[in-house]
Amino acid sequence: METMKRKNTKNKLPRMAVEIAGLQLKNPVMPASGTFGYGEEYAPYLDLNRLGAIVTKGLSLKPKAGNNTPRICETVSGMLNAIGLQNVGVDAFIKHKLPFLEPIDAPVIVNFFGNTKEEYGEVAARLDEVPGVAALEMNISCPNVKHGGIIFGTDACAAGEVVSLVRKRTGKPLIVKLTPNVTDIRVTARAVEDAGADAISLINTLTGMAVDVKTRKPRLANTIGGLSGPAIRPIAVRLVHQVVQTVKVPVIGIGGISRAMDALEFLIVGARAVQVGTANFVDPNAMATIIDGLEEFCQNEGIEDINELVGTLEL
Amino acid sequence: MKNYKTIILSNQEISPNYYRMRILAPDYHKMAAPGQFVMFRVQRSLPPLLRRPFGIFRIGCLPADCEGMPHKEYIEIIYKVVGSGTGIMQELHQGDRIELLGPLGRGFELGDPQEEKILVGGGIGLVPLFMLAEKLVETSKVRLLMGGRTRDDIITVTEFERLGVETYVSTEDGSLGEEGLVTRVLERKLDKYPQASVFACGPMPMIDAVQKICRKKQVSLQVSLEALMACGVGACLGCVVKGAGHTDAEPRYLCTCKHGPVFHAEQLDWTRLEQPDDDCGGCK
Repeated sequence: METMKRKNTKNKLPRMAVEIAGLQLKNPVMPASGTFGYGEEYAPYLDLNRLGAIVTKGLSLKPKAGNNTPRICETVSGMLNAIGLQNVGVDAFIKHKLPFLEPIDAPVIVNFFGNTKEEYGEVAARLDEVPGVAALEMNISCPNVKHGGIIFGTDACAAGEVVSLVRKRTGKPLIVKLTPNVTDIRVTARAVEDAGADAISLINTLTGMAVDVKTRKPRLANTIGGLSGPAIRPIAVRLVHQVVQTVKVPVIGIGGISRAMDALEFLIVGARAVQVGTANFVDPNAMATIIDGLEEFCQNEGIEDINELVGTLEL
Repeated sequence: MKNYKTIILSNQEISPNYYRMRILAPDYHKMAAPGQFVMFRVQRSLPPLLRRPFGIFRIGCLPADCEGMPHKEYIEIIYKVVGSGTGIMQELHQGDRIELLGPLGRGFELGDPQEEKILVGGGIGLVPLFMLAEKLVETSKVRLLMGGRTRDDIITVTEFERLGVETYVSTEDGSLGEEGLVTRVLERKLDKYPQASVFACGPMPMIDAVQKICRKKQVSLQVSLEALMACGVGACLGCVVKGAGHTDAEPRYLCTCKHGPVFHAEQLDWTRLEQPDDDCGGCK
């Protein structure tokens, strides 16, 4: 208690607000799409007003069934999932899910995807008309669906084309979420920036697979899934570092963040904000703990504004 | 629903590979209903990463350690050691710290007190039926049909008997009780008590057989399903089952964690229920 008190009086509360593509966030912590439902699922455990932003489950033009089960399995310090982008569809989201989020004091970032370029454009256009939507996050990186998703994310030309098409359909801040499953992520990052992305978020899951040695079957019905969790963090930090060196638009870091120290790594390599994914499953209160931890770190280090940390990697 | 850090009060092997763990759990008396579950995590250990779901076996209360202190409310879970998660759990001792999220999900509906009740438990699937039996015996005649592969899988039956439940044991190898499947006993009992309503929990093949029997005999059935889960609160969509009327164009997925784990048989699409992983040791 003694030391806590001393620390608190020594340094005043740090400024935690950050800005991403014109979006004002009260702190740099938000959930990663697909790990936080539509927000309401976690409301009993976590004060949603504390979050920098809320990021929804990925939405498509029509409701989507998703993959067969089993859809998840645990691996060493991580998990594989192949949910298959099950979602209620953009119209049902606007009608039934968004009203719950509107009174919450955090901007709503809606994640979306399409099976075709035209569908991407159509979903973006529908969301563009909705005042309660603060920004769009475009998923061109889901490894678990047959059409769309990663097809666009792994081909820089296709990525550029679909982003510029969406760009024409929305005036809202547009974040593009990248896949790590490419040879050189800098190529895709440059392509989506040139096509008009306002910000880039990365990484989506790494493709992986696990086998049940007794049944000799894959552990996921979809055979291949996306790996997330602490296991992927060093890869994510490296990729965020590379993208930050390549583009001028702000970057949101994602990948295996479960503590404030993890989030700090991403900020130091140059991410302006972070998304927390699998850690929400492990501890529904994880993001609040991370926000508190970031604040405490700044206080202890005498950092007055968290933005002072961004991109301070010493090489 | 609460999420808190707490401690283990005891952790004992009750049958080869079956463990009963008592966990300090304030407020569960007020909060928990029969058939609900908890998400359990070993604190200060990275593996296993995800919490594991366990049905609540029973809720109890110990006197305070000393005067002026609150009573010690606890829950008991029973698990079978099958994988790495439950392997770590069996090594835990009194006083070890854990995190507990719960009670979660929708439990059993008690139904008409006039009806006779038949509970069907397969192995570790017996767990969520105990709290249900505690409630049901207050108003109704309750019978338990307990099945397992061998005698080792037959657990806590005497505790049901102490509640006043009539119990019938069957094992596939005949090492305890009647030889054969528990579903054969169910058919006989339903012939004798055709007005009974049925509550079942166990491995998927058993649940499916129970469902077919109940449909044929036109009796009401509630089942508690097991599934692999990551979040336990309806966010990850990892534990879904197909609901009645599900089509690809109009998906009707239900989350085992949030819409279940207890379902009325009519809620589910039985033609398309997939086999859950058997490596879940008593999880929901």
